[in-house]
Amino acid sequence: MSALHIKKGSTRHSAYNLRPTFSDVQERHTLAVLVENEPGVLARVIGLFSGRGYNIESLTVAEVDHTGHLSRITIVTKGTPQVIEQIKAQLGRIIPVHDVHDLTVEGPAVERELAIFKVAGEGDKRVEALRLADIFRANVVDSTLNSFIFEITGAPDKIDAFADLMRPLGLVEVARTGVAALLRGD
Amino acid sequence: MTREMTGADMVIQTLKDQGVDTVFGYPGGAVLPIYDAIFQQNDIQHILVRHEQGAVHAAEGYARSTGKPGVVLVTSGPGATNAVTGLTDALLDSIPIIVLTGQVPTFMIGSDAFQEADTVGITRPCTKHNWLVKDTDELSGVLHEAFHVATSGRPGPVLVDIPKDVQFATGTYTIPKPSASHYQPPVKGDLESITELVAALEKAERPVFYTGGGVINSGPAASQLLRELVDATGIPITSTLMGLGAYPASGKHWLGMLGMHGLYEANMAMHGCDLMINIGARFDDRITGVLSSFSPNSTKAHIDIDPSSINKVIRVDIPIVGDVGHVLEDMLKIWKSRGRKTNAEALVSWTRQINEWRKVDCLKFADDKKVIKPQYALSRLEALTKKYDRYITTEVGQHQMWAAQFLNFEDPNRWMTSGGLGTMGYGFPASIGVQMAHPDALVVNVAGEASWLMNMQELGTAAQYKLPVKQFILNNERLGMVRQWQELLHGSRYSQSWSEALPDFVKLAEAFGAKGIICSDPADLDDAIMEMIEHDGPVVFDCLVTKHENCFPMIPSGKAHNEMLLGEADTEGAIQAGGAVLV
Repeated sequence: MSALHIKKGSTRHSAYNLRPTFSDVQERHTLAVLVENEPGVLARVIGLFSGRGYNIESLTVAEVDHTGHLSRITIVTKGTPQVIEQIKAQLGRIIPVHDVHDLTVEGPAVERELAIFKVAGEGDKRVEALRLADIFRANVVDSTLNSFIFEITGAPDKIDAFADLMRPLGLVEVARTGVAALLRGD
Repeated sequence: MTREMTGADMVIQTLKDQGVDTVFGYPGGAVLPIYDAIFQQNDIQHILVRHEQGAVHAAEGYARSTGKPGVVLVTSGPGATNAVTGLTDALLDSIPIIVLTGQVPTFMIGSDAFQEADTVGITRPCTKHNWLVKDTDELSGVLHEAFHVATSGRPGPVLVDIPKDVQFATGTYTIPKPSASHYQPPVKGDLESITELVAALEKAERPVFYTGGGVINSGPAASQLLRELVDATGIPITSTLMGLGAYPASGKHWLGMLGMHGLYEANMAMHGCDLMINIGARFDDRITGVLSSFSPNSTKAHIDIDPSSINKVIRVDIPIVGDVGHVLEDMLKIWKSRGRKTNAEALVSWTRQINEWRKVDCLKFADDKKVIKPQYALSRLEALTKKYDRYITTEVGQHQMWAAQFLNFEDPNRWMTSGGLGTMGYGFPASIGVQMAHPDALVVNVAGEASWLMNMQELGTAAQYKLPVKQFILNNERLGMVRQWQELLHGSRYSQSWSEALPDFVKLAEAFGAKGIICSDPADLDDAIMEMIEHDGPVVFDCLVTKHENCFPMIPSGKAHNEMLLGEADTEGAIQAGGAVLV
């Protein structure tokens, strides 16, 4: 587990650390779910969210431990504190789920997302797009005489902000990976 | 121990090593190798059902009456899809069953082959876990893990899908240790929280135990510990439909079942208590009534092995995650070590208040000399069968609620009913499973005529294996509970809720070689019930009862525990628009 840089002590058995109030406030939480990389495990996680009516804002998954066949699913979800606690407990019930971490509670955590943007335009718009990309530390990974593909990493709101700026400058297409996140510190 | 054998032989070997003696199933193309292996051995008895749904319910009945997992074997495609209702039923009631399905050979998966269905995909949401095994070398490991998962933690149904080529091929048979599995749900509760609960119990003025199926699932020791705790503290106890029998109905502190059709004293105690101790129940909507007025002034403690049950619908003050038996043991130990204290003075006036509520006599009914009242039929069934080694199953509807109200259970594992899913057609096959496990016991399925018809084909199974199951059908020629709701909610417009073109149940029984009895006169009822009990073979008892009888008490939709309807006089305008959308 230490190789995965995950803090000891998961939050899946949520009954003891439920926050005191049944509040109606919607909270955004980032969950890291460690699962056995076996067929159908992603379907189990997604099926839980759709079957019980929970939200998925972002979801990323990849095997992170090839010898132990463990995958890390990072889910960004929204809900009242009660719903968030219920999501974690329900995830904990899935047999191939080894651990559930609520990075928002256990945090602070670093969140990063990668996105690639295709922007087409000529003249001033093209120059402005390139200038803004520089400010946002986006890299040009492909170029034609009238288009660029920018690659950008950052927190999701930074990518949203970049998308808002590119839209009037000829944004054609966006592909985003979804959020990957780790707790800060050791 | 490792040995080389075929996949089909591995299935049989695993069942033997797991101590399985009975399998309920139905053959088909994709499970022929396993059926061939069954043919060549005598250790495991296979019960041939008439429909795969019946196999799963029979396995549920077997499991619930023994505490052991039930095993089902069916073929691919329609065999698997027919098992889905039973799997969902077992999931909602936390019943350990293992369903083995055949699958088309691995090289044909995904080709829309004959009798191919995405079984693991279809059953993913209705099993605790499922597996598709593509390599014979992995089969024995998965099968043993399936038993471990089904029976550990909160029990539930699991499914193993086995392609036909995997059954034919040879591989290595191994028995993994259950401790090798990463699935090890904790059973011990947090001692600090248990102490907090004991402290609350010592001070409580109006405490109540609210127990559920978790006590039964935890095993007979848990029921023993519960009895000890209740009798030593003198705290009144009520139970959900699922938990009946964990505390004896003849016990001094028994309040009867709670919930939508629960007893007045039980629901009033829940509403008025200052300490609620939930043991292995889950605040189901049939129990709570409207959440905003649920037991408004109580401290709530909840003991459950499944962390997701805690704070799911009702926020509790003292959560304890753990197995009921383990937690009760610690609780008793701590309570005794602190000097066996209770708030005795307050308990006396609490008991006095409860006795006032008992005087309402909420189960009283107007008797009828001409027509058999369903309540009368069940009270006679209770009186005439209670001295027997008796197991009761039910179908779903009014008869089920009346059975829960009028039959008394002294021990756990004696009462098998579809609680969470409410599956009409559950009771008859379940009674077959119970009878298989307890060949000499008196097994009665309390049924309604509509529910019973849903799986009546199992009469063939009962007849083939000479299982003396008694089908006690309260025949009102109506879908009674649907009709009751239509009367209360939909202006007595009885849309599609009558049973037209019913069969002659006596002739139907005789057509299968079973005994049929019909009874319509209250004066004949006792003799007819005795005739049913004394017949050595399956009996279909057609008990013609009042056609428009409503089941009371009733907490109407959208109302609280203290707003129960006690009889016809209370029903006028009882359910408002907000309640009508609830089920």
